[in-house]
Amino acid sequence: MSPALLSGLLGAALVGLGLYGLIVHPHPLRKLLAFNLIGSGVFLVFGIVARRGAAAGFAFDAAPQAMVITGIVVAFAASALAVALILRLAAAGGKVTLDPKAWAKPDDGGAK
Amino acid sequence: MSVLPVLDLVLIVLVIGLAAWTIVARDIFAAVLAYVAYGLLLAFVWIRLHAPDVALTEAAVGGGVTGVLLITAGKRLGALKASEAGAPPGLVLKLVAGALALLVAGAVAFAVVSLPTSAPTLAPEIAAAAPGPGAGLGNPITAVLMAYRSFDTMLEKVVLILAVLGVWSVGADQAWGAAPAPLRKPPPDGAMVFLAQILAPAGALIGIHIFWVGADAPGGAFQGGALLAAMWMIAMMARLTEPPRVASRRLRHALISGPAVFLVIGLAGAFIADAFFAFPPALAKPLILLIETFMVLSIALALPLLVAGPPNGSDEP
Amino acid sequence: MSLLVDLFSLASIGAGVFFFVAGTVGLLRFPDSLTRLHVLSKADNLGLGLIVLGLMPRADSLLEALKLLVTWALVLLSGAATSQLIGRALRRGRK
Repeated sequence: MSPALLSGLLGAALVGLGLYGLIVHPHPLRKLLAFNLIGSGVFLVFGIVARRGAAAGFAFDAAPQAMVITGIVVAFAASALAVALILRLAAAGGKVTLDPKAWAKPDDGGAK
Repeated sequence: MSVLPVLDLVLIVLVIGLAAWTIVARDIFAAVLAYVAYGLLLAFVWIRLHAPDVALTEAAVGGGVTGVLLITAGKRLGALKASEAGAPPGLVLKLVAGALALLVAGAVAFAVVSLPTSAPTLAPEIAAAAPGPGAGLGNPITAVLMAYRSFDTMLEKVVLILAVLGVWSVGADQAWGAAPAPLRKPPPDGAMVFLAQILAPAGALIGIHIFWVGADAPGGAFQGGALLAAMWMIAMMARLTEPPRVASRRLRHALISGPAVFLVIGLAGAFIADAFFAFPPALAKPLILLIETFMVLSIALALPLLVAGPPNGSDEP
Repeated sequence: MSLLVDLFSLASIGAGVFFFVAGTVGLLRFPDSLTRLHVLSKADNLGLGLIVLGLMPRADSLLEALKLLVTWALVLLSGAATSQLIGRALRRGRK
């Protein structure tokens, strides 16, 4: 098994693991971690496309690798924005959860 | 002479193990640490894929700076004492999520395995573009980033600025314009100050070297900028310097200097070269290095600002 | 001559790996955080130093060998500082 094939399968496994963590964990910060796992799995699949693009004489295809580099930086920027939103949500509401039932206002029972 | 496949297999197993630990760890701090270690090991996988530039970026940004972001987030969340009111997942949700994850992973694995044998590639085209737009850059990745697909790189710098804007606008209204909360409580720890005073200058030098060398060898503006950003963060953590006020004009001008210089030179390309975002062949390498210098400044400012967070004006981290 | 250099590299890197394994065994077997910290900061730094020593004769140029040495010095520096910080945090947590 070439490193490229192994890394591609690793990327697939990371996407699966990340998806499971994203759905199952209630805490937003852990959802963010799982989302980053999905992202790095996708980057790995890009990476094996770059490696397989090794035409005659070149060790790799540079275009997908450049895209992965910009992708890693953009993923970090998105994570930073998500963290700022999570912290603001927790500071403003006193709860750190995305469950809508936790944020629902208590029902007055119709009284004014 | 075939120890390498065994090493590859061990590396992949370790990476999967760390990723699984990130998901199943019960404590948030343990999950964050597992994620940082995973990011560092992933850099090794990138090296095995013959991508040293990506390995550098993954180790610096994916492992290092994201780790600082997440640990700071965990600490600030703990200080807020917000209640975690979410319901724990039931068994049905776990089974359904597991089935979905297996399905998606299987689909991606099938796609990876059934890629056509003769892969389409842009490598010869990039190498052919090297004398012209690539302009004598020895590193094909820098050539792609700065010449072949330069518009994408400029847009990506704009995305960084937009993220900084987004983080700043999340702050409370009355705090607008103030500085973000400091990264650590005073007084600074002696060992931290020592580390900052010795490591920060050395690291800044290494960061500038990695940026400069990126024209011909693995390296480049993103990696060098990430190192400079990390050194500024160390100085802020040792309280040798404070996060700057968000309303400061100098900060804002320096922040947008990266994409602004890029855009100006790209627009000028319509007049002094053939096309928008083309470089005149004689001036290509100096122009690219000029753009990259301002890009490094922008990145080195934007990353710590993203970690420092929205304006807050208080002394509590 | 190159056989001697190869043997020296092999011996040095082997000793470095031994120290890393010893450090990992200590990490897994020692009872509490402070003792584990002690083992890590000593054994791992020494192991890295021996590995760097073994790699230096194989470097392509003097500059590369010096870069390896600088890498070890930086790891030593940051390892020492962070061990101090972790140790102090552990002691504060204990009080």
